[in-house]
Amino acid sequence: MPPLLEVRNLRVEFAQRHGTLLALDDISFDIAPGEVLGIVGESGAGKSLTGAAVIGLLDPPGRVAGGQIWFDGQRIDTLPYDAMRRIRGRHIGAIFQDPMTSLNPVYRIGQQLAETIRTHLPMSVEKARQRAISLLQETGIAAAEARMDNYPHQLSGGMRQRVVIALALAAGPKLVIADEPTTALDVSIQAQVIALLKRLCREHGTAVMLITHDMGVVAEACDRVAVMYAGRIVEIGSTRAVIHSPAHPYTVGLMGSIPAIDQPRERLLQIDGAMPRLNAIPAGCAFNPRCPKVFDRCRVERPELLPGMATHAACWLLDVPRTAA
Amino acid sequence: MTALVEAIGLTKTFDVSAPWLERIVERKPRQSVQAVDGVSFSIARGTTLGLVGESGSGKSTVARLLIGLHQPTSGTIRFDGQALTLRRTAGGRALMPQRRMQMIFQDPYASLNPRWRVKTIVAEPLVEHGLITAKDELNGAVEVLLKLVGLATPDMDKFPHQFSGGQRQRISIARALATHPDFLICDEPTSSLDVSVQAQVLNLMKDLQRSRGLTYLFISHNLAVVRHVSDRVGVMYAGRLVELADTTDLFAAPLHPYTRMLLDAIPDLSMSGRPRFPVQGEVVNPLNPPSGCSFHPRCPLANARCRSQRPALSAVQGVLVACHAVEEGRLPAR
Repeated sequence: MPPLLEVRNLRVEFAQRHGTLLALDDISFDIAPGEVLGIVGESGAGKSLTGAAVIGLLDPPGRVAGGQIWFDGQRIDTLPYDAMRRIRGRHIGAIFQDPMTSLNPVYRIGQQLAETIRTHLPMSVEKARQRAISLLQETGIAAAEARMDNYPHQLSGGMRQRVVIALALAAGPKLVIADEPTTALDVSIQAQVIALLKRLCREHGTAVMLITHDMGVVAEACDRVAVMYAGRIVEIGSTRAVIHSPAHPYTVGLMGSIPAIDQPRERLLQIDGAMPRLNAIPAGCAFNPRCPKVFDRCRVERPELLPGMATHAACWLLDVPRTAA
Repeated sequence: MTALVEAIGLTKTFDVSAPWLERIVERKPRQSVQAVDGVSFSIARGTTLGLVGESGSGKSTVARLLIGLHQPTSGTIRFDGQALTLRRTAGGRALMPQRRMQMIFQDPYASLNPRWRVKTIVAEPLVEHGLITAKDELNGAVEVLLKLVGLATPDMDKFPHQFSGGQRQRISIARALATHPDFLICDEPTSSLDVSVQAQVLNLMKDLQRSRGLTYLFISHNLAVVRHVSDRVGVMYAGRLVELADTTDLFAAPLHPYTRMLLDAIPDLSMSGRPRFPVQGEVVNPLNPPSGCSFHPRCPLANARCRSQRPALSAVQGVLVACHAVEEGRLPAR
C-alpha cells in the first residue's frame, strides 16, 4: 500500500533581519493509511512546525524552502492557497491544543459543526444537522441534541476537546493532525480524550499525525514514533522499539528522565544543558555538546538516519565499520 | 520523627458572589466556594509530602494558606510546635517563623521580575528580612546560592529573559533558599518544564533536601513525579483529602476509588499491557459540589449512603482514607 502522506527532505526557513533561520532541516517520514505516527520532542524541537508545514499553515515569514510533501498521490506543498483550502478540513483535519481557541465563542457548537460539514460535503441543512448530532454522539457527549445549542463556554474543557475532535472528523478526512490535543486537560480527562481519538480514528480508518511532548501519550496511542531534536528527526521506529530499545543517546536520555510510575528509581537520568537555539546549532550532530557518548566525528560531520537494531537513528554510533564486526 | 508542619482542619471559603448591584437587580444570592475543606496533615522534618489532585481540587490553596498568602477561614497551622499566625513588624515585614518557609512557584516566567538582575532577585529575601545589608557580603551570599543550584557567578548580572525555563526555576530555588528556610512549598515546580529539564530540577531538589535537611510540600498533578519525590502522598478531590498514605503503600495498594482512577489514567509507558479500567466522568464543579461524597457521580462503587452522607478520613490498614466502600469492605481487590 502506498503511503498516505509522504514528507521528503522538508526544509523550513524563517527569513530574519540577520539572515535566515533554519527551523526544520531534512525531515522525511511517511504515514500509511490508518496509521498513527507520533512526533515527540521538547519545546522548540520543531514538532508543531512540521505539522503546520504539512497542513500548509506556516505563519510568515516561515516558508517551505525545500523538499516535497505528497498527500494521497498529490504534491501539496506547491498547491495554491485556494486548492490547499479545499484539502484542509475535507481531507486533512486538525486538532489543536487549546479547544477554546479552535472553537468560535460566539457561535453555537451545532452551527459550527453543521457549517463545517456543509462547506466540505454537499448536504442539506437538515442532513448536516443530523450528521453533526451523530458525530457528537460518537464522541461520547451525552444528550448530544441538546448540546448542539450550547456555546463553547458552556462546556467543560474535556467536552470542548470532544467537539473539536468531532469538527476535525466532520468531513471524513483521511488524515488528522493533532497538535498536543491533551496537554491543556486534566489527567483523568486526558486519558479519556486519547482513548476517544484512538477509537474514532480506528473506526473511520483515519491516519493520525500526533504531535506531543508526552512519551506516555505516544505509548498509549501511536504505532510509530519520530523523535525530534533541534529541527531534525533523530530517531524513528515502531513505538515499542523506540521506548524499549532506543538507539540515539538523546532518546535514551529522554526516556531515562521520565519518572516511571511502576519502577521507581532514586535518581533520574539527567541530560545536562538545554536544546540549542536555532541560531546557534552546533556543527556536526546538534546533540554533540550534551551527548555522553560523543566522539570526534560527531563534532564535524552530521549523521543521517542510519538503520540500528530496531529503529533508525541519526547517530554515528550506528555507523560501525563493517569489517570490525 | 517530629512533625515540622501540621495542618489541623484547614478550611478556606472564598466569596464568589456577583457584584452588589447585580445581586440586588437580578436577585442573585450570595455564593461561596469551599476551596479547602477540613484538610489535616503533618509533615515530618526532612521529608516530603506530595499533594496530588486535578485542577480545582484545592491543592494550590493549601499551599497559599501555609505560606500565609491567604488566611484560613478556620483551622490552624502549626510550625515547629507553634501555632502559626501571621505577624508583621510595623514596616510590614513577616516575622519568624514565616522566614523559615519559602515558596517555589509553577511558572518561572511569571515569578521573576523581568526588570531585575538575577543578583537583585536572589538577594531580595535577604534584604527584605534585613539579614545582610553590606553590599559585598550580599554579592558573596548570592554567589554561593547560585553555585548551589548549578549556576555560575557571571549569571548574577544577567536578566531573567537571558535564561531558559529550567535555569529560571533554578533562580527561583536559589531565591527560596536565601533565608536558610527549613520548609519549602513547591507548587507545581516542574509542570511548565520539558521532561529532560524537569529531571535536572527534580534531581537538584532531592540533592538539596539531602544536604540541607529540607522539608518539602510538593504539589503536582503528575503522579509519577509525586511518586519520585515524596515520602508520603495526599490525594485531594474537591477541596478534601480523600487518601493520605506512605508513597509505597499508596502506589502498591491504592484504596480510594479516585486514587485508583488516577493511577489508571496514567499512560502505560512500559507498554506492559497491565489491565486498567477506563476513566469516566468529569471533574466536579466546585460551585455546585454533589451531595454526600463529592466523588460519587464518578465512582463505580457509589451507593445510597455515598450519595447522602459524606465520608470522613479514617485509618484503614495504616492508611488514611475517606470512603464508605472501603469502610464497609465493599472495595474489590485489584
